[in-house]
Amino acid sequence: MSTLVIQDLHVAIDGKEILKGLNLTINTNEIHAIMGPNGTGKSTLASAIMGHPKYEVTSGSVTLDGENVLEMEVNERAQAGLFLAMQYPSEINGVTNADFLRSAINSRREEGDEISIMKFIRELDSKMEYLEMDQDMAQRYLNEGFSGGEKKRNEILQLMMLQPKFAILDEIDSGLDIDALKVVSKGINQMRGEGFGCLIITHYQRLLNYITPDHVHVMMQGRVVKTGGPELAHKLEAQGYDWIKDELGIEDETVGQEA
Amino acid sequence: MTVETKLALTEQDVRSYSTAKQEPSWFAEYRVQALQAAENLPLPTPDKTKIDKWNFTDFPVHAVESDTFASLADLPEEVKAIVTDNQKNIYIQRNNTPAYLQVSDELTAQGVIFTDIFTAVREHSQLVQKYFMTNGVKTDEHKLASLNAALLNGGVFLYVPKNVEVVEPLQVVFLHDNAQASLFNHTIVVADANSSVTYVENYLSTVTDAVGIVNIISEVFAEDNARVTYGAVDVLAQGITTYVNRRGVANRNSRIEWALGLMNDGDTISENVTHLVGDGSYGDTKMVVVGRGKQKQNFTTKIIHWGKHSEGYILKHGVMKDEASSIFNGIGKIEYGATKANAEQESRVLMLNEKARGDANPILLIDEDDVTAGHAASVGRVDPLQLYYLMSRGISKQDAERLVIHGFLAPVVNVLPIEGVKKQLTEVIERKVR
Repeated sequence: MSTLVIQDLHVAIDGKEILKGLNLTINTNEIHAIMGPNGTGKSTLASAIMGHPKYEVTSGSVTLDGENVLEMEVNERAQAGLFLAMQYPSEINGVTNADFLRSAINSRREEGDEISIMKFIRELDSKMEYLEMDQDMAQRYLNEGFSGGEKKRNEILQLMMLQPKFAILDEIDSGLDIDALKVVSKGINQMRGEGFGCLIITHYQRLLNYITPDHVHVMMQGRVVKTGGPELAHKLEAQGYDWIKDELGIEDETVGQEA
Repeated sequence: MTVETKLALTEQDVRSYSTAKQEPSWFAEYRVQALQAAENLPLPTPDKTKIDKWNFTDFPVHAVESDTFASLADLPEEVKAIVTDNQKNIYIQRNNTPAYLQVSDELTAQGVIFTDIFTAVREHSQLVQKYFMTNGVKTDEHKLASLNAALLNGGVFLYVPKNVEVVEPLQVVFLHDNAQASLFNHTIVVADANSSVTYVENYLSTVTDAVGIVNIISEVFAEDNARVTYGAVDVLAQGITTYVNRRGVANRNSRIEWALGLMNDGDTISENVTHLVGDGSYGDTKMVVVGRGKQKQNFTTKIIHWGKHSEGYILKHGVMKDEASSIFNGIGKIEYGATKANAEQESRVLMLNEKARGDANPILLIDEDDVTAGHAASVGRVDPLQLYYLMSRGISKQDAERLVIHGFLAPVVNVLPIEGVKKQLTEVIERKVR
């Protein structure tokens, strides 16, 4: 079992503090959902864990099985087993999806032990089929000209090809129609199991109808303010967030900036 | 201001070289007149690059004798690597010596002429005379054009007759393996009406301590309804100052497509102009460049629209590292009367180091109302968010940069029609950006 521990995490962007002491522990074989209104720091958490260049961790710690994640380069974090499905994946002209994925897989392997092209193609084909992606997506340039839904599917394709220990899904459901949402959920559910932990960041209960989380957390003002089981998500869907604000005496749940 | 230059060769030198090459008298006279003109003509004036101190005229020897190759098996490894095994039509020039020629019986039977420029001048004199510096590049344009004619010591002549479609690419390698050698190459590609051809050339130095100069002119003619695809990969050594002028003239409903990988390690002035003369003509220029060290380069790409409904596209991508500096001038010119013409261009420069310099100048000059035109230009560094994205999948920063750069230069690599040349360009890029 692997464990990702986030302790008292403070994160700033352009000198403004967004996360203000966040605590969270995720084990493999667990799916966590982080919910919360806009501007409460959810995406900042995802970016800070992965090492986005614009986010500055001012204090606190993130460890993966005791290893200090914050001291690692972004690629080292990935190699240690972290994966972030991004809300806005970059488009990279001239680099095919397939070449990119092969480089990513080989970055985890020793020189001389690169994945064979045949094996790679077999895996890629079967996973693309599973995600109901056109085969020509493999030869298209990475995310270039992809629709919103295609980009999200492509993030899940990468997740399935790279098999990380922990995946953070940053609003993977935004902009997806119901069919695409089902496909994306199918991919994530297939990953579910012993060696895999997941943190799903979302505004909506909708996604959680297809992926049942083990734990649900509510973020406000840059912290986790409430934690529960899957029933918490249902209650939020039915009643909104105001009851939590009332319960905790919070007037403005945001950190004063879109997160 | 014109600076009088004392030229390295006299009229007598030029005449005796011409005689040795058994050239017809018109060509000898042409050389002599060009030599006289060169004395007083000014250098070309590439926009934003001052070249009056550059050496285009001083070189150790006019022509060197090199051994020829008996077969493709005798080629040096560097050349073998870019020649596909079953390449049927290939010409290799070694320094100034026509060193190997292979033309398929099929092409010969169809009347295709594919030979070195000297043989062409001797054996196809009238045809050469029709196209040599008449309608493409003119000798009186500037000193370097006239010097090219006067001192011509290499090049290729390719003529595809009417209605002949040459399916497989023709390959030319200009091997530079003598440090003393200088090239005054002149290449002519003619696709007569309703014909099509793909021509791919490599300029390849395998010496590093080169002291010569290189002056290249290529003239490409696509007659009515013809199609020419012209690929080039230039990899000339540091120490060589290059002037390279590739010019196209596209007649009615014809197409000229350029794919140029300009990877010289020395200072280079490159001029690529396509005249879209005929109605419905089409010009496409794709050019990629990597500059490194202290290289200074100027790449001027111009498409001039004369014909109605003519379409011109320019794509230029440059990567500058170390202290290299480059000017990218992209010009779309639409002449009066070229109604419904469309001129599009995109110039992008990536700078990898603080001291690298790149300057993209997109220019549209339009003398007709009923046209469409557009341009995009950018100069910047590798996008940190792209690197972050790639690194978030485990790819190291160095490899992520590599991927982005190869992707950025892919537009030319992808369209080169000979596998070996494509691979070579990829490797040169790899070596230059490392």
